[in-house]
Parts: sequence; structure tokens; C-alpha cells
Amino acid sequence: MSYNLSNLLYLITIVAFVLALHFLSNPAHARRGNQIGAAGMLLAIVVTWIKIGSTSWWAIALAMLIGGGFGAVAARKVRMTAMPQMVALFNGVGGGAAALIALAELHQVLPPPGAPTADISLAIVLSGLIGSISFSGSMVAFGKLQELIGGRPITYAGQQFVNGALFVGALACGIALVAGVQDQWLLWITIAASLAFGVLFVLPIGGADMPVVISLLNAFTGLAVALGGFELENNLLIVSGMLVGASGTLLTLMMSRAMNRSVANVLFGAFGKVTVSAADSAAANGGQSVRSASAEDVAVMLAYAHKVVFVPGYGLAVAQAQHDVRQLADLLEEKGVEVTYAIHPVAGRMPGHMNVLLAEANVPYPQLKEMDDANPEFSRTDVAVVVGANDVVNPDARTNQGSPIYGMPILNVDDAQAVVVLKRSMNPGFAGIENPLFYNPKTVMLFGDAKESITKLVADVKSL
Amino acid sequence: MPALPAPGADMSHDTLLVFEVTILVLAIFLGIEVISKVPTLLHTPLMSGTNAIHGVVIVGAMIVLGTPDKSTFTWIVGFAAVVLAAANVVGGFVVTDRMLEMFKSRERPKKQDGA
Repeated sequence: MSYNLSNLLYLITIVAFVLALHFLSNPAHARRGNQIGAAGMLLAIVVTWIKIGSTSWWAIALAMLIGGGFGAVAARKVRMTAMPQMVALFNGVGGGAAALIALAELHQVLPPPGAPTADISLAIVLSGLIGSISFSGSMVAFGKLQELIGGRPITYAGQQFVNGALFVGALACGIALVAGVQDQWLLWITIAASLAFGVLFVLPIGGADMPVVISLLNAFTGLAVALGGFELENNLLIVSGMLVGASGTLLTLMMSRAMNRSVANVLFGAFGKVTVSAADSAAANGGQSVRSASAEDVAVMLAYAHKVVFVPGYGLAVAQAQHDVRQLADLLEEKGVEVTYAIHPVAGRMPGHMNVLLAEANVPYPQLKEMDDANPEFSRTDVAVVVGANDVVNPDARTNQGSPIYGMPILNVDDAQAVVVLKRSMNPGFAGIENPLFYNPKTVMLFGDAKESITKLVADVKSL
Repeated sequence: MPALPAPGADMSHDTLLVFEVTILVLAIFLGIEVISKVPTLLHTPLMSGTNAIHGVVIVGAMIVLGTPDKSTFTWIVGFAAVVLAAANVVGGFVVTDRMLEMFKSRERPKKQDGA
């Protein structure tokens, strides 16, 4: 197949990708968009295969079978609650592939006569560097979300220094390579240092900040792929990679804006290791006590309310309680209660995490309210039910200038007539910050596993 | 004295580079434009959908593995790259499809009007 013909066919793929993203603007068409994207991808693979001809076709087929088989099985089997780590995993392997391509390309162009031009070696170095960071960073994010590694920030003295040194080292080797030092080992060192940097840079980031990290790593992989396009002089990789790079960057900025923190603060702030100060503020709350309620009491509150708003958080995902919440909501609706869900942009472990879980439980999406639409509603809400959320409903973010989350926009559940908080214990949430909402006279606590509590509520509402 | 390329001749390396950078920059703006219309509701499918799209790196991996007369090193690296990229492509699209399948405006197809 000629260069021009294959490029024209690649253009169709590019259009398919853009359409796929365009269709995501409306949940009614989004699935069709994804299918168009997949069809575009298939076209690109077929075109590339024909272009390559018979060289190593069986090796390509075998590799595709192995990788594709793993991807298909993993993607089919994963539970919706484990979606963030799955996205992190697939993101990581993409970054890894980009880094490997950089290695292979340098190996191809380096041997004596064909010295690579500066722009090609720059693309090779950068995609090796960024792809490796994305690979190892995503694997650590996967480990954290899968709870193979502790989710709390891991910090040690001189951490920033070690990270900085690794990054500068990787960069220095890369610069030497671009400047014309023709040694393949430089790229190996760049990649090794970037891999280590990726691990060390994600380790100190707390689980609650994962939405920002995952979208940033997504942008990284996109960028690495786009750079791979420069190495191989392939427009398809350049455009598609950059589409992803731009979207990941935009999402990263939106997520950190939703927390009222800068991206740098999220990445280097080791947010959530403040357990000591949390204990202090708990002592400050010593004069107040929490009110704990039984499931029967809460069932009565809910059944006789006019309007109930559920506020889900990561605890809902951990307890896998989305179906039970849905069942409770159905029962309440049968009793004539108006039910909606208020969703904070950074609730959960990835952007939009809660929406997916509730969609899995067949909650109609018009009932899912974004923060700006949900907040004015609380003043005419009888009961706000907080299921496994903590920091996103913490009034300290509005009032307490000393709080680490001060200034973060929150869901104002304390505007409701009454607040029910479902929580396992009084331990502070993931970020380790005390929450005065629990001591609010309007608030009652329903202690226990979210799933069990909701199941009890369902039974009690039924028996009313 | 450098000769200008005759019409129809292969583009010089620099011409191609400028062309590629142009495309890159336009793609950034296109990406921002398209993505900013996606509602928060769909941010997770957006992430996994773009995740699937960067699986297009499989094209690059195939080109590497399909290089004629390659060394064992290129063979191994290319093979690994195709495995990783294929997992990215298939996993990305399947996960996204599973998610989007769940987004419904109403639970069951009831005979009611309005969305």
C-alpha cells in the first residue's frame, strides 16, 4: 500500500476518533461513539498490517492474541468498583509500548552511518522518558487502588530531592543523546531513571488524589504516543496521541480545580499524611458528641421525607453498595419520596467514578446531579444521606481557614433539614481530616458497613 | 548549493517536520474543543475512551515488529510493544463499552414519553 493511500485511510481513523470523543458529549449517543472509535482502530490495524506485508506477520498475530486476549478477559471480568485500577493498568501498558518503540527506534537509527537528526532523537528521548514515567506511575497507581500497596501517602526524608535528582539525571542523559552522544546506553539510563521516578512520584500521593493522577498519567501516555508519531513519521499517532494528551491535561486541571488546589500541590503535597493534626482537631471537638441512630430511626426519617438526596463517596465503592442504594431509592420513590443523587466531581478514585457505579445499578442518569445543580437543592431537602463520603461534605472547607481542604467547593449537605451519615467508624476519612459535619446537631450517624446498613434500611422501610 | 525539490519529489525532512508540528498543534486545540463539551457525568468513560484511543500506539508497535531484516533486539522489543499495545486497545474499548452500556435515561423501556 502506498504511503499516501495509507495516510488517507489513517485520516478516516482520525475522524473516527474525533467522532468518538464528540459523541461522548451526550450519554444517549456515547456508546455508539465508542463503537465508531473501535471501528476506526480496526481500520488502522488492518491498513498497517497490509502496509507491512508479510514480514513477521505470525509474530504480530501472536503478540496481538496474547495482549488482546489479556485485555479482553481483564476488561470483561473487572467489577465496576475496580474500574479506576483497570483504567490505570491499560493506561500504563500503552505508555510502556510507547517507551519500547522509542528503544527500538533508537536501536534502528543509531548504528554508525545513520546518525539520527536532532528532532528524531529528541522525540525518541522524550517518548522514552514520558512513556516510562507513565508506565511505572500507572502500575503504582494500580497497586494502590487494588490495595496491593498501602493507599496512604508514603513519604521519607529527602523524597523531593531523590525525585528531583532522578528526573534531572534522566533529563541529562536525554540531552546528551540529543546533543549527539551516540550511545544507546544513555537511553537505557534515561528509561531506568524515568521508571524509578514514576514509581517514587506516585507513591507519596494519597488515594483521594488519584482522580488527578490518573488523568495526568493518561495525558502522559497520549503525549508519549504523539512523540512516537514523530519517530515513525506517522500522522495518526501524532494526532490521536495529542488528542488524548490535550484531554488528559484538561481533565487534570478540572479535577484539581474541583479541589481548589494546584496540580503541583496535588502531586508534591503528599496530601493526607496529616494524621497528627487530625488527632488535634478531634480533641478540639471534644466538647461535642456525635448522635448515633439505629436503622429503624433512619428508616422512619426517610420514609416520611418529601425529598431525599444521596451523597455517594468512595465508601460506596468499597462496600459495593450501589445496588442496595438503588433498591432503597426505589422503595422510597414508591412511597412518594423525591430521590436524587448529588455527585461531587472528585468523589471516588477517578473522575466521574460515582456516576459509573450508580449507572451500573441502573440509576437513571437524569437523577444524578452535579455539584452546582445539587447545592441549591439542599435547602429544600428533608434528609441528605451521605454514603461513604467525607471530605467532599466537610464544612471546614467553607469555614475553617486552618483546614487543609479550606476553599475546596463542597456539597452543602448541612443545608438540609437533617443529615444521615453512613460510616464504618469515627476514624477520619482518607485525607485524615476531622469533619465537623459529624458533630452538627442536625446530623445522625449510622455506623456500620455501608452495604449492611443500607440493606437494613431497605428491610425497615419495607416493614413500615 | 541546495536544490529545491522538484514537484512531486519526496518532501525534505524539515518540510515534513514543520508539517507534523502543525498537525500536532491543531490536534491540541481540537482535543480541548471536543473534550470541553463532555459532561462530568461521563468523565470516567471519557478517561477510558481516550485511554483506548492512545492504544493506537499499536500501529507504531506493529511497524517496529514488521521491520524487515531486524535484529533480535528489535524483534523482542517490538513483540513486547505489540503485546502491551494490544492489551491497551482491546481492554480500553471493552471497558468503555461496558461502562457506556450502563448509562440509561430510564431503567427499563417503560412506555413513557420524555427522556
